[in-house]
Amino acid sequence: MNDLLWITIEALAKGLAIVMAIQLMAALNVYLERKVSAFIQGRIGPNRVGPWGTLQPFADVAKLFLKEDLVPNAADKFFHSLAPVIALGVALATWAVIPFSSYIQLEDRIIYLGIAPDLNIGILYVLAMTSLGVYGITLAGWSSNNKYSLLGGLRSSAQMISYELSMGLSLVGTVLIVGSFSINDFVDYQQGWGGIRWLIFLQPIGFIIFLIAAFAETNRAPFDLPEAEPELVGGFNTEYSGMKFGMFFLAEYANMTTSSVLIVLLFLGGWSIPFAYEALGLQEGSIMLALVHFLVFFVKVLFMLFFFIWVRWSIPRFRYDQLMNLGWKVLLPLALVNVVVTAAGVLFFK
Amino acid sequence: MNNTKNTEVERRSFWEKLYIPEIAKGLGLTLAEMFKPKFTRQYPEERWEPLGSYRGRPVLVDDVDGERCVACGLCSRVCPALAIEVNADETDRDKERFPVKFEINMLRCIYCGFCEEVCPEEAIVMSKDYELVFQRQEDAIMDKEKLLVPVAQLQDRLEFLRQYR
Repeated sequence: MNDLLWITIEALAKGLAIVMAIQLMAALNVYLERKVSAFIQGRIGPNRVGPWGTLQPFADVAKLFLKEDLVPNAADKFFHSLAPVIALGVALATWAVIPFSSYIQLEDRIIYLGIAPDLNIGILYVLAMTSLGVYGITLAGWSSNNKYSLLGGLRSSAQMISYELSMGLSLVGTVLIVGSFSINDFVDYQQGWGGIRWLIFLQPIGFIIFLIAAFAETNRAPFDLPEAEPELVGGFNTEYSGMKFGMFFLAEYANMTTSSVLIVLLFLGGWSIPFAYEALGLQEGSIMLALVHFLVFFVKVLFMLFFFIWVRWSIPRFRYDQLMNLGWKVLLPLALVNVVVTAAGVLFFK
Repeated sequence: MNNTKNTEVERRSFWEKLYIPEIAKGLGLTLAEMFKPKFTRQYPEERWEPLGSYRGRPVLVDDVDGERCVACGLCSRVCPALAIEVNADETDRDKERFPVKFEINMLRCIYCGFCEEVCPEEAIVMSKDYELVFQRQEDAIMDKEKLLVPVAQLQDRLEFLRQYR
């Protein structure tokens, strides 16, 4: 009984902390995006609100809260307000299985930093949740009763379903090598050996496919067709304003963070670094080691976030037929071949 | 003539068709761009000083011996936006005429510079003033008091007119 209470409190505390952390990450993303885009375009970017403009995202949120929340007369009111909740809820739900660092051992109790990082179907859960995200966007497009929103929603559903396949298949190779669906096992497998066991080196093709599919899944440039401004006004969120728009905004950045975190955990070795942690002389399970692990992990995630933004401001948007060609004619066959080759390799070497 | 084989796609080499090296090149370009000097001017702190050729707010020249305007009304006549209103009266000075009322409606002015071009006395010229913000509509109607600017401040423009007109 006492144990159950303890577990409930622990899960609630972790959940609260993670939700807050994601909001902060979204704010950080907004700031990074504005700064990086400005630097790439030879500008300075926000520098008025707070030191170096660091408080700009909070000013943006305050502005969004003060805006009028418009709902079109012809819209389906219920689904119109449900859609952003789905988009954000699903984006947050993915974080249930994501670990941030190694475990902490307090006396005889092991505390994982993450709600359920040892879940034995972790990767399947993440894939399932990211594919649910399409409902939010499609519902938003449909319920707005606006042709541009509907087109944006349709594009997004077609795009996400197409790239889901390649995304799943690109992970099959890594699952074959590691032999587990648990994300903790993935990180443990990639420890040591001077970083050679990072799955980016064992599965380079799988990594590239996953990277491209992740861009498409998060509706980021160069795959941001659902919100292609020149063609579709604002895409699926044309009819949204105020904090409902803010929720879509937040969901996009939360998804971006999720993708970065997944890439780091599955391909870039999580919190492992090329030299062994034994050199630091820290004990397994101690708070200091967990902190160092978290810092390493955080730096890698920041690099991936920067990469996402960097790509957005470098590469022009795909045309719709090019998008479908790339998904079905290039990535899917490549992912299938990768699975077969990896399976043969695993069978041969193990 | 069979030139169908000479399409853009067929001219690409294998590495170009792979796209990934090309994308990496593009990313390298944008990364290099991040470290170059920025073009932003921090406006309220750093202001831009226009050259003599700049056409800002039209003003009346206040010469050492008083205003130059003789209230001929040509500027008012030529103004395509009908922004200028002049009422003349007589005076004992050499010029005999002067404007009792000279108003430019800055909400109408299009900064074409016709008034300056047509003026026989070089009495109305375009200044460098480009910060034209009004709190109320009435503030945008400039009377003589606001329009008269000492000739010393307009030397750049007068020099420009002398050279290029």
